[in-house]
Amino acid sequence: MSVLRFEGDIASTSKDAVLGTYQSLPKNDAKKILLDFTKVDYINSSGIALVIQLLIEAANAGQKVCAFGLSAHFTKVFTMVGITKYADLYPGQAEALAAL
Amino acid sequence: MSGMKSTTVEVRLPSRMGYEKVAMSTAAAVAKLMGFREDRVEDLKTAVGEACINAIEHGNRLNEKLSVGVVLSAGSDALEIKVIDDGKGMKSRPVAPDIDRKMHGEEDPRGMGMFLIQALVDEAEWVVGTEGNSSYVRLVIRLDQHAE
Repeated sequence: MSVLRFEGDIASTSKDAVLGTYQSLPKNDAKKILLDFTKVDYINSSGIALVIQLLIEAANAGQKVCAFGLSAHFTKVFTMVGITKYADLYPGQAEALAAL
Repeated sequence: MSGMKSTTVEVRLPSRMGYEKVAMSTAAAVAKLMGFREDRVEDLKTAVGEACINAIEHGNRLNEKLSVGVVLSAGSDALEIKVIDDGKGMKSRPVAPDIDRKMHGEEDPRGMGMFLIQALVDEAEWVVGTEGNSSYVRLVIRLDQHAE
């Protein structure tokens, strides 16, 4: 399992932080990816698109993705755009680890 | 709030990505003064941010010589926000994202801004200027909606 921890903003300028970090993980090493949004303050639609691109690459690699630490608002937004169909969301890391 | 006078706050943003946060903070401050609940303030911030991003990126095409106008009009029971740019208006209409099509590469992962705007406020309309420029999006969020 690998944990990607994000901080600050996730926007159009975050491609390296989101996709670059994911792509730098050793291939075939982790079949489960945890996304930590605990320290993320702001996510816009471009940032959500980067998360979806990460989900596409993870699905192609046969990896399961879960996320935790989203605020109530961004949990709602992720649900509205359908991300929850491809990534389970949990309040915190303990809940996410327990579910994996 | 019934005795509250209509109050207008105006902000001008440079057409530079990131400055949408100035409008988001201003809208949040006005909404809090009006008594909106925190969850509605968060909805408003995202909607205003997406509207400003569209204005900066698509309306003004990142031309820093152009600015984005944000006009917030606080009434007794609603907050109206106009986000004005020098573009020709949005040609597309808000469409709900299809996550399956996005995951299968049949739909651009981007392009969710208008959907989020419409989904998060009580009213959203996109207006094209009569001269073919100075278009705006008008958002309304009401105090009495989603009351607990």
